[in-house]
Amino acid sequence: MSRSEPRSPVLTVTGLTVSTVDTELVRDVSLRVDRGERVGLIGESGSGKSLTASAVLGLLPEGVRATGSVRLAGVDHDLLGASERALAALRGRRMTLVFQEPMTALNPAMRVVDQVAEVMLVHRTRPDRRSARAAAVELLDRVRLPDPADTARAYPHQLSGGQRQRVVLAIALANDPDLLICDEPTTALDVTVQARMLELIRAATARSTGLLFITHDLAVVASLCDRVLVMYGGRLVESGPVHQVFTAPRHPYTRGLLAASDLTATDERGRLRTIPGSVPGAGQFPAGCVFRTRCDRADQACGQLPDWRGTPEHGHACWHPTHPGGGAP
Amino acid sequence: MTGDQPLIEVTDVHRTYRRPRVSLTRPGRAVAALRGVSFSVTAGQRFGIVGESGSGKSTLIRLLAGLDQPTEGTVRFRGQRVSGRPERQLGFLRRELQVVFQDPMGSLDPRMRVRDIIAEPLVAQGHPDTAGRVAELLEAVGLPQEAAGRFPHQFSGGQRQRVSIARALAPRPSVLVADEPVSALDVSVRAQILNLLADLVERYALTLVFVSHDLSVVRHVCDTVAVLRAGELVELGPVDRVYRAPEHPYTRELLAAVPTLRGALARFTTRTAEEEQP
Repeated sequence: MSRSEPRSPVLTVTGLTVSTVDTELVRDVSLRVDRGERVGLIGESGSGKSLTASAVLGLLPEGVRATGSVRLAGVDHDLLGASERALAALRGRRMTLVFQEPMTALNPAMRVVDQVAEVMLVHRTRPDRRSARAAAVELLDRVRLPDPADTARAYPHQLSGGQRQRVVLAIALANDPDLLICDEPTTALDVTVQARMLELIRAATARSTGLLFITHDLAVVASLCDRVLVMYGGRLVESGPVHQVFTAPRHPYTRGLLAASDLTATDERGRLRTIPGSVPGAGQFPAGCVFRTRCDRADQACGQLPDWRGTPEHGHACWHPTHPGGGAP
Repeated sequence: MTGDQPLIEVTDVHRTYRRPRVSLTRPGRAVAALRGVSFSVTAGQRFGIVGESGSGKSTLIRLLAGLDQPTEGTVRFRGQRVSGRPERQLGFLRRELQVVFQDPMGSLDPRMRVRDIIAEPLVAQGHPDTAGRVAELLEAVGLPQEAAGRFPHQFSGGQRQRVSIARALAPRPSVLVADEPVSALDVSVRAQILNLLADLVERYALTLVFVSHDLSVVRHVCDTVAVLRAGELVELGPVDRVYRAPEHPYTRELLAAVPTLRGALARFTTRTAEEEQP
């Protein structure tokens, strides 16, 4: 499993738009995750992060449709518009997902070992139940569950939240996926448990698996990811290498998020920096630049939708970017 | 207020819960949620309580607020016993100490209008001008006056937390207990609510008891911090000292586990320098 093609894309999303009958929820999102690359997707609730992930996996709820293109390496058809049967063959095998809440992701009436074994049996990556179970115990060991042979026989309710989340990760890694999507996987966990979980995710994606990591915690992205995508109002507003985006943000929204996250930086009255207002509801975002109603740099120009400047891998969409000398084009 | 007398005094408090029995012949297993916890909070202090799940944070809050009784030990408020008293004798505590919970959706009645939610503690105390007080409180927490006629579901998470803060402030308490008040909020809203709490604490000279699993939030908000682990108080001291020189290994472990933006970005300074060589 060497990194033969270190820069080959595993996921390529182009012009993804997700909408209901009357509301556009995600608009014109293009992104790429390379093999062995860890990409963070950040933004506040309601920015469209989870919908983007659901669209990639073909898990959009009833009445929500996606247009554009979603390509997975080695799959000769577009994932958008693919049949449920074709998608089911990919999900759990080539692309897998770890949700925020492990209790709802696991079957409460099934032993942990059988749940991990099931994903290998369904995709026929292990010939029989016995070898699948043996592999499952090995996986539980790999995600550092204590006494994997014993824990394997437990039911989800007998495990702690952190242990359950590691079982979910074991299921997600069982078939050595090309793409692992994590949607706020550590938000419900204690900090020490989170630290261990992030370590496991880092180890699991060190080789050929590409990671799309959704979170609102910028510090987690900074410690885990190589590249970061910033979403607001259903649009990508900035992307680039974590270090450059977080030290020299071009989009005022990214700058605002960074300032609000930094609890050690305060103004002269000892108050934290904030982004004024709150995230509008779906469909309530302004025309033109989606952030202009909360932006201190907004003027008439922002009534027009800003073009994406730079490359999809490193760029921003803003008429009045900050840090003119900063790395981005 | 009499000199240095602590406002809240917790002395050697134990709280043991019993698990439901699993056998006919034996009682259920006992779980010690708090084991010999003692501390005191003086007026005007901003007292942080930090711990992970299962550390006993929530049990401690319930005891402070007189919502539960310790198995052993005493809780006193202004020298009066809170523990061991029947609910009808806790009126003084209900007026003076109010709680803001983590999940505003769970603590606000979905069928009540904001006006009635905020006024509820006032009605219970026979306040003469509830409408005027509600208007004042809405202004204090930065909500528009129209908010009074709306229902909790019509607000965002941050606004709902403002509503529960307004309700907590309604009876003019001297102590505000905030149980993970920003854990469910987005970063930009979190900063707004933390600023609001800081403003209110200053404006109304409140004593704040702030419970969180997030040490960086506690560091920003509090002057004193108590670290709980598995029902025991492992460290107590001024926030800056605990951060700079944690004494207990668990505190050190907690501090190391919290990812900070600055700390995490530091990993790039060495690596990118190497990588960016063509």
